[in-house]
Amino acid sequence: MRICRLGGWLFAGTAGAALLSLAVIPTAAQAPTAYKAPKTKDGKPNLNGIWQANNEANWDIRPHAAYAGPVYTLGAAYSTPAGLGVVEGGEIPYKPEAAAKQKENFTNRLKLDPEIKCYMGGVPRSTYMPYPFQIVQGTGTIMFVYEYAGAVRVINMGAPTKAPADSWMGWSNGHWEGESLVVDVTSLNDSTWFDRAGNWHSDALHVIERYTAVSPDALQYEATIDDPKVFTRQWKMSMPLYRRLEKNAQILEYKCVEFAEEVLYGHLRKQPLQGKGDSK
Amino acid sequence: MRRQLLSTLIALVAVILLVSAPVVAQSRAQAPVAAKPAPAAKPWTMPRTPDGAPDLQGVYSNATTVPVARPANLGAKEFYDSEADKAATASAGAGRGGAARPAAAADPEGNGLAVHYDTSQFGLGGPTVKRAASLRTSIITGPEGRVPPVLPEVTKAAQERRAYQQAHQWDSAQNRPLAERCITWGFEGPPMMPVGYNSTLEIVQGQGYVAIVQEMIHDTRVIPTDGRPHGPSVIKRWMGDSVGHWEGDTLVVETVNYNPQVVIQGAQVSDAAKVTERFTRLDADTIQYQFTVDDPKTWVKPFSGEYNMVHIDGPVYEYACHEGNYGMANNLSGARATEKK
Repeated sequence: MRICRLGGWLFAGTAGAALLSLAVIPTAAQAPTAYKAPKTKDGKPNLNGIWQANNEANWDIRPHAAYAGPVYTLGAAYSTPAGLGVVEGGEIPYKPEAAAKQKENFTNRLKLDPEIKCYMGGVPRSTYMPYPFQIVQGTGTIMFVYEYAGAVRVINMGAPTKAPADSWMGWSNGHWEGESLVVDVTSLNDSTWFDRAGNWHSDALHVIERYTAVSPDALQYEATIDDPKVFTRQWKMSMPLYRRLEKNAQILEYKCVEFAEEVLYGHLRKQPLQGKGDSK
Repeated sequence: MRRQLLSTLIALVAVILLVSAPVVAQSRAQAPVAAKPAPAAKPWTMPRTPDGAPDLQGVYSNATTVPVARPANLGAKEFYDSEADKAATASAGAGRGGAARPAAAADPEGNGLAVHYDTSQFGLGGPTVKRAASLRTSIITGPEGRVPPVLPEVTKAAQERRAYQQAHQWDSAQNRPLAERCITWGFEGPPMMPVGYNSTLEIVQGQGYVAIVQEMIHDTRVIPTDGRPHGPSVIKRWMGDSVGHWEGDTLVVETVNYNPQVVIQGAQVSDAAKVTERFTRLDADTIQYQFTVDDPKTWVKPFSGEYNMVHIDGPVYEYACHEGNYGMANNLSGARATEKK
């Protein structure tokens, strides 16, 4: 089933193929995967592990060809690799003014991308940033610990609760639907992006995530995106997430504040920085 | 008229019911006491995760009124005899000084201001915060009840650092204290120490891991309990490199490989620093937290401490410290403006 779907993407270059894949995907998504994750001792699909996306979505969630990066001195090391995209149907249904803002964001991405500033990635971006995250599956709660910026979410698995305030990582209420962990994420602020290409959302963003094991070492991730201020309709992204299989794999620290201070506050230094930016 | 009378009557009955309900409940509660002079307390059994480990999960506060160091006039007295003894000692003036903000330095920011935020103003201090009851005279245990002295060379290095810091404190973001830069708060440890406010943490246990998120600047520790060794010593970390195991019903966590800029109890630690923590659930509401800090290149001898965490309802809020750090740019631009004057 997965191979069929990837194949669909490969040929989704024309509008006709895109329409076809749109028609095919819901059927694919509805069909239950044959694979069932091993169960935890309390009978839930065991999603414990360290996971990571292996795609180009953090560059641009839409299908895109390779293009030069915004910092010419970094040459080929920080240019954008081509990607098939993770948006189902390929297009993000922006309202016209919202589409214009994305283009503006892209032009000014070196100044505006929250990732450059070491701001928490939000949901869903944290899932497919090029860093691992860990699922710690407790009984009443499930913790998602992200390496990037030390972001963390504690998913409430009990009776749904209401957010005390908007936040970067939002407010997560989860439940099990058969083999899938479904997480309803609300109260996200308007300061995160979907990717480095300036795809954006407002504080009306509502994300419904589904995590489903499709093999011992892969989860299928789906996020339904709703934001009536920015999009004309709901849309969906999906991608596999892979288990980090290294011996003793673990979430390390990426406390990136240190790495972003010069870009954020360098203009307020007493003495201009000498050399390449060593703060010592 | 009749209808009015009826509704008045209904209201009256309702009031009587409301008033009498607690009385009924009370007399019910009292009745067994009279019948059975010594009611057995409901026995508490250690709750366990589906994997069989002691279940430490939940939201806790490690706020405490116990100071880190024992007031000097108490000598080797490790515990007050009673709450009355504690109150009397405090009112005699001995227990003050850091009692409300146990781990706060006198001048935390080096700017001559003892208080950064008045937490009582935000309902974060005093009686609004749940604390585990304690008759301890200090968090640091043992006859001395205080952090031992550091080695002479450590003092010298600290003095030099302080002098440099004093002269260059507003030069750049990198010259500001770690907490102000939102890199570490300085209390997340290990050892995890009570903070002046928001001393809130949440524990989640998954297969082979215990994860602890501390509200203050959202620092999360993911502690493997699967028997693996520490990571490579070249990977130094702000919260160190922790591995845990269960000793009976106690979670024992050993941490090494600290980033050399990490400060524990006022001293920058060395590459020899090792901290051992012990988490033991005592009852439905309480986790006993014990720690030992051993760094022969920093202190003249190891020291240990202990406090209890108490279960609270939560939630743990998201502390987006760096994301909301307007103060950094404001302070630096203020310093630049002052220089131009």
